[in-house]
Amino acid sequence: MSAVVSPLRRPLITGNKTYHQITEDLISPTEKTPSREWVIGFIISVAVLSFGVFCILWTIWVGIGSWNLNRTINWSWDITNFVWWIGIGHAGTLISAILLLFRQKWRTGVNRAAEAMTIFAVLCAGLFPVIHMGRVWLAIFIFPYPNTRGPLWPNFNSPLLWDVFAISTYLTVSLLFWYTGLVPDFATVRDRAKGARRKIYNTLSFGWTGSAKHWQRWESLSLVLAGLSTPLVLSVHTIVSFDFATSVIPGWHTTIFPPYFVAGAIFSGFAMVLTLMIITRKLLHLEDYITVEHVESMNKVILLTGTIVGVAYLTELFIAWYSGYVYEQFAFFNRALGPYWWSYFGMMFCNVVSPQLFWKKSWRRNITLTFFLSILINIGMWFERFVIIATTLARDYLPSSWSLYTPTWVEIGIYIGTFGLFFTCYLVFTRVAPVVAVAEIKAILKSAGDQYIGENATQKHSHDSHHDVNQNGRTGAHDHH
Amino acid sequence: MANDNSKDIIFGIYDDEVDLLKAVKAAKNEHLDIYDVFSPFPVHGLDPLLGLEESRLHQAGFIYGMLGTATAFLGMTWIFTKDWPNIFGGKPYWAVPSFIPITFELTVLFAAIGMTVTFYIVNGLGPGVVNKHLDDRITDDKFVLAFDKASVNASKAESFFKSTGASEINSKMI
Repeated sequence: MSAVVSPLRRPLITGNKTYHQITEDLISPTEKTPSREWVIGFIISVAVLSFGVFCILWTIWVGIGSWNLNRTINWSWDITNFVWWIGIGHAGTLISAILLLFRQKWRTGVNRAAEAMTIFAVLCAGLFPVIHMGRVWLAIFIFPYPNTRGPLWPNFNSPLLWDVFAISTYLTVSLLFWYTGLVPDFATVRDRAKGARRKIYNTLSFGWTGSAKHWQRWESLSLVLAGLSTPLVLSVHTIVSFDFATSVIPGWHTTIFPPYFVAGAIFSGFAMVLTLMIITRKLLHLEDYITVEHVESMNKVILLTGTIVGVAYLTELFIAWYSGYVYEQFAFFNRALGPYWWSYFGMMFCNVVSPQLFWKKSWRRNITLTFFLSILINIGMWFERFVIIATTLARDYLPSSWSLYTPTWVEIGIYIGTFGLFFTCYLVFTRVAPVVAVAEIKAILKSAGDQYIGENATQKHSHDSHHDVNQNGRTGAHDHH
Repeated sequence: MANDNSKDIIFGIYDDEVDLLKAVKAAKNEHLDIYDVFSPFPVHGLDPLLGLEESRLHQAGFIYGMLGTATAFLGMTWIFTKDWPNIFGGKPYWAVPSFIPITFELTVLFAAIGMTVTFYIVNGLGPGVVNKHLDDRITDDKFVLAFDKASVNASKAESFFKSTGASEINSKMI
């Protein structure tokens, strides 16, 4: 059986690349001295990160009283930011795992950077619950281990503890998946390097040789890790939504939360991938590897998940009315028309209205519009979490307890500081590792390169029954023999 | 550094995976004992030609996963029914539905860590490992078919590489 590539498919690698050119294009950014844009970006990121660290130290020194939480609104800015970052951290594993199972070749252009982004976003997210505990140095108590306190165990019935397990598992599995993909590419960097740099990359590449058996096991591992990560990525935001859905607060106590949160997470994750990739492809000159086709594919995911989120918002409103339960009805009336009406309408506009522009093909393929909308979507998704958390708590059962919330400079500083952490990590990553998966791009060259498919194809893929090469990237499938 | 385990390898370098696959097939027809094949990316169709059996990593993964399931579920059961029984919100001690999320997460965690560690151990890869490799261009754009001189005569190997279109022929002790 031969590798069948539909003539309708558009190339995903342009510029008539050879294997060697792919190596040159993707590895050389790690070998050159950093560009001026990189240095400026890095200085700003580290400065912002330092301010964030200062605000965290301030919180620990002064106490949680330095935040504007009160008896009524006991969860707000911090948990909003936590859920927001976790949501952003969902695109990476979705791209590397679910799209691998669906054999989507366009994932190879963006998976490496998206996975890196996932890991950094989860680090930013994890910061918030830890500092919200107050006594940060006792954070170890959340893990069940034999101890001298009784032994006293954490409450395994609590969704907050489920969250601890879900997020630490997600971080670990994402790291393993990402690093296993990086090992062959680190070997490529190693084999071009000399001296100390060669030694460092030999350590990072774990002594990779490119033996046939190693590649076979590597594909097998990638496929099973993808199979494991697929339910995992869905479970993580499901469990995050349980933090709210298993409570008895009107507006939180709804069964729609898990699918609605997962769709929202993928939605915001893809938006952040687009924001980053549009900048990265420009600065590192990767337009041949991250093409308009990639942008369009991601915009289709954004359109789908944005619409799912929109349907969820409307379903919530309908169910609140249909339930006949006055507290639920009031919670939603208050969200839309209460003191925080502006965040509700910001959420509706950014998340539901703005992605609808992507029904038009030429707009989906417009880089400037995509960049603008990707930022708008992440603002909208931040509003969504703020709407769910702060505005719901602001008006509780007892009108005498009603309250309002505005963040203090410390809370704003910590949030801004996480951007510093995120971009510092990302900028270091672009210097240390190839931002596009080199081996995986080579593996799809003959089925996705513009010299082989599309209008300008100059070469025909030579194949007879046994010499065919089925280029599926990391798939481990041998069913064609 | 030559030691008792080192092998004298003769290898041909090919510029394209299609040439490599043809050469591997020819070597099989001529009953030449292939030492190993190296490539910059996974070449599909190579494993059956080399007679490589399907990896059993996923079976190991299943066992690790089950170990995670058992650890989580039995651990929580023991803690909440024997070690420190506690009533939370009127639920029974053995509140099975609320054990499911953590049981699932640990299943995935154990399977992923176990498989990845197994992968590096069986491949002989790991931090600090230095494996001698035949050519620096294998991780760039070259495809290598290697014979051990102990099992394939050097002059025979050389003529084989020439006839199958290898762009270079080299020898190396590894």
